[in-house]
Amino acid sequence: MPFMPVKFTLQKRVKLAQALWMLYWLSVIVGIFIFSLGIFFKIELRKRSEVMDNNESHLVPNLLILVGLLACGVNTFGGKVCHDSLDPMKFTKWKPMLKPYLLLCCGFNALLLLAALLCFLMQFAVYLTLAEGLKNSIKFYKDTDTPGRCFMKRTLDTTQIEFRCCGNNNFRDWFEVQWISNRYLDMSNDAVKDRVLSNVEGKYLMDSVPFSCCNPGSPRPCIQHHLTNNSAHYDYDHRIEELNIWSRGCHEALFSYFSGMMTSIGVLIVATIALETADMAGLKYLTTALDTMEDPENPECESEGWLLEKSVKETFSLQLAKLKMLGKSNQVEEGGNSQGTT
Amino acid sequence: MVLLKMKFNQQRRVRLAQGLWLLSWLAVMSGTFVFCLGVYLKTELVRRAEVMDNTEIHVVPNILMMVGLASIGTNWVASRVCQDSLDASRFPRWKVLLLAWFAVAALICCLLLAVVVLSYALQGRLEESLKVGLRNGIRFYKDTDVPGRCFQKETIDRLQMEFRCCGNSNFKDWFEVQWVNNRYLDFTAKDVKDRVRSNVDSRYLLDGVPFSCCNPASPRPCLQYHLTDNNAHYSYDFHSEELNLHHRGCRQALTDYYMDLMNSTGPGVLSVILIQVSVLLSMRYLQTAIEGAMALESPEGDSEGYLLEKGVKETFEDLKAQVLVMLKFDQAEAKAADVCPEAAEAEKGADNAAEKAASPPPPS
Repeated sequence: MPFMPVKFTLQKRVKLAQALWMLYWLSVIVGIFIFSLGIFFKIELRKRSEVMDNNESHLVPNLLILVGLLACGVNTFGGKVCHDSLDPMKFTKWKPMLKPYLLLCCGFNALLLLAALLCFLMQFAVYLTLAEGLKNSIKFYKDTDTPGRCFMKRTLDTTQIEFRCCGNNNFRDWFEVQWISNRYLDMSNDAVKDRVLSNVEGKYLMDSVPFSCCNPGSPRPCIQHHLTNNSAHYDYDHRIEELNIWSRGCHEALFSYFSGMMTSIGVLIVATIALETADMAGLKYLTTALDTMEDPENPECESEGWLLEKSVKETFSLQLAKLKMLGKSNQVEEGGNSQGTT
Repeated sequence: MVLLKMKFNQQRRVRLAQGLWLLSWLAVMSGTFVFCLGVYLKTELVRRAEVMDNTEIHVVPNILMMVGLASIGTNWVASRVCQDSLDASRFPRWKVLLLAWFAVAALICCLLLAVVVLSYALQGRLEESLKVGLRNGIRFYKDTDVPGRCFQKETIDRLQMEFRCCGNSNFKDWFEVQWVNNRYLDFTAKDVKDRVRSNVDSRYLLDGVPFSCCNPASPRPCLQYHLTDNNAHYSYDFHSEELNLHHRGCRQALTDYYMDLMNSTGPGVLSVILIQVSVLLSMRYLQTAIEGAMALESPEGDSEGYLLEKGVKETFEDLKAQVLVMLKFDQAEAKAADVCPEAAEAEKGADNAAEKAASPPPPS
């Protein structure tokens, strides 16, 4: 009893072949789209790698690029088979390759499932990498004369401007590090000496933030320095001042950006899995319909197409039996060999 | 003397029709390209409309959009003509339309050329418009409490950060205006009172710039205030400090940006002109070849295709004569209406007599 059989006339077969051909080409376009998304994601990770300590994992974009290329190849082959399917001479040369091709498609679907899972799970890794990376970026902000870190200031400034954020979790992270290089501090000045001596590690700490934390939407020219001192500025209360500098932390801003990207890519991959499954089902129907033609010489005869030759249970038990036979045949051979040697 | 004559047999005519059909669809796509280009340019100009004083430069994207749409329509008509051209029963209905088609296609080519010329010619006007617009922007920077101007500060700040520029011509423009609102100035403080009294207009002028002028690439945290005072900052020399603020003025930055945009579209527009001209010439050849073939006794035979029936000079003079005849005809009608009815009747009588004399006598 075949699983989900459908009767096919010539017209239905032709329609199925045409629809399947278009579906395969749609899948090729989706494959190209996934490939370009993988490249886009890779470029975005590279752009922000400095605030992630160059530690970020490129597993997801690499997998997306691979999946995109595979999708193009697999679906082009499927489209070619569909195109040749209604010509019996051309179709016979594709027939032997069909079973391994369908197995390959199953494997490809499993790979797609893995990619979708990774898109959702790797967001945790990104979260942790960002936290660590931003903490170090803020620490090395002042080191514009240290080789390997001289562009950290520019990167962090442009990141804060672009993502409209300040500091790691909020702007107070800047109060805890020295973000002015010692080259620009007049160590003979009393005020400077006081500040440096006031903490254990000899750091010049201020209640100030860099200019890139400033919010252009504030009605008042930006107040960067002496943020916690209300009397330092006219008509200023740091507890109710909201628009002066960005209140969001860069960790939250960057994470929401990347997680949004990864979630939408994951959803697209799930849709691709559905599309690929439809492709496989269509191809199976088409090939079985062409195989079961009662009279191969008469193209107008009716035929039947199905997904599985027997029902699901029977197919499953057949496959299990085959595997067991494989195991047993190995054992018998071993027994024979051992008998032969003795 | 026929201009650029070419022989066409049936097969060549068919090939020409097919090739022209493909070319006209290519021209439709290039028309779409021109339209999208116009839309993009217009969007970019409208985005920065707040810092521009007039909208003269908008003529470039407006023409591009119009020409794009016209080109799509014209070339679609061309493809329809090609489809009907090899069918002798359907081609004649296009005859009247073709003359108008040639005029429109030529006009499209001229307009596209005009756009290329205008995009260079209007650079000066753009700079003037930006100069006035930016000057006003900087003047109204502090007016965040005045309705209609409250977003001027945000606009100018975002502009300076995005285009990496400061002020109109350079950062010193900020020294000449009061860019801190009076609401945030403590008029009881001595420093503030001194500054306000130090100039005629009682403005609070600083040698400082807004934070958006700061250059992120500077190795040093940004110095915004007391820029001309070397003693106010440690290890600072106003004359040799280069990286602290953005050097370019926003007028220069915006002009460069828009000129780059328009120049980079130059080659695209020129190739669209080329495609349109080749469609026009091929259509003329097709029209003359098909008309020649239809006039023959055997429509499958050879015919000639040409660009102009007579030479350029003669065609021009012909056209002039036709136009003059049309004008004279109008003039003659006007004159007849002015003259008295009796004189008109007398003229009519004289005409009839002349006609009778001219016509041959009836056979007796």
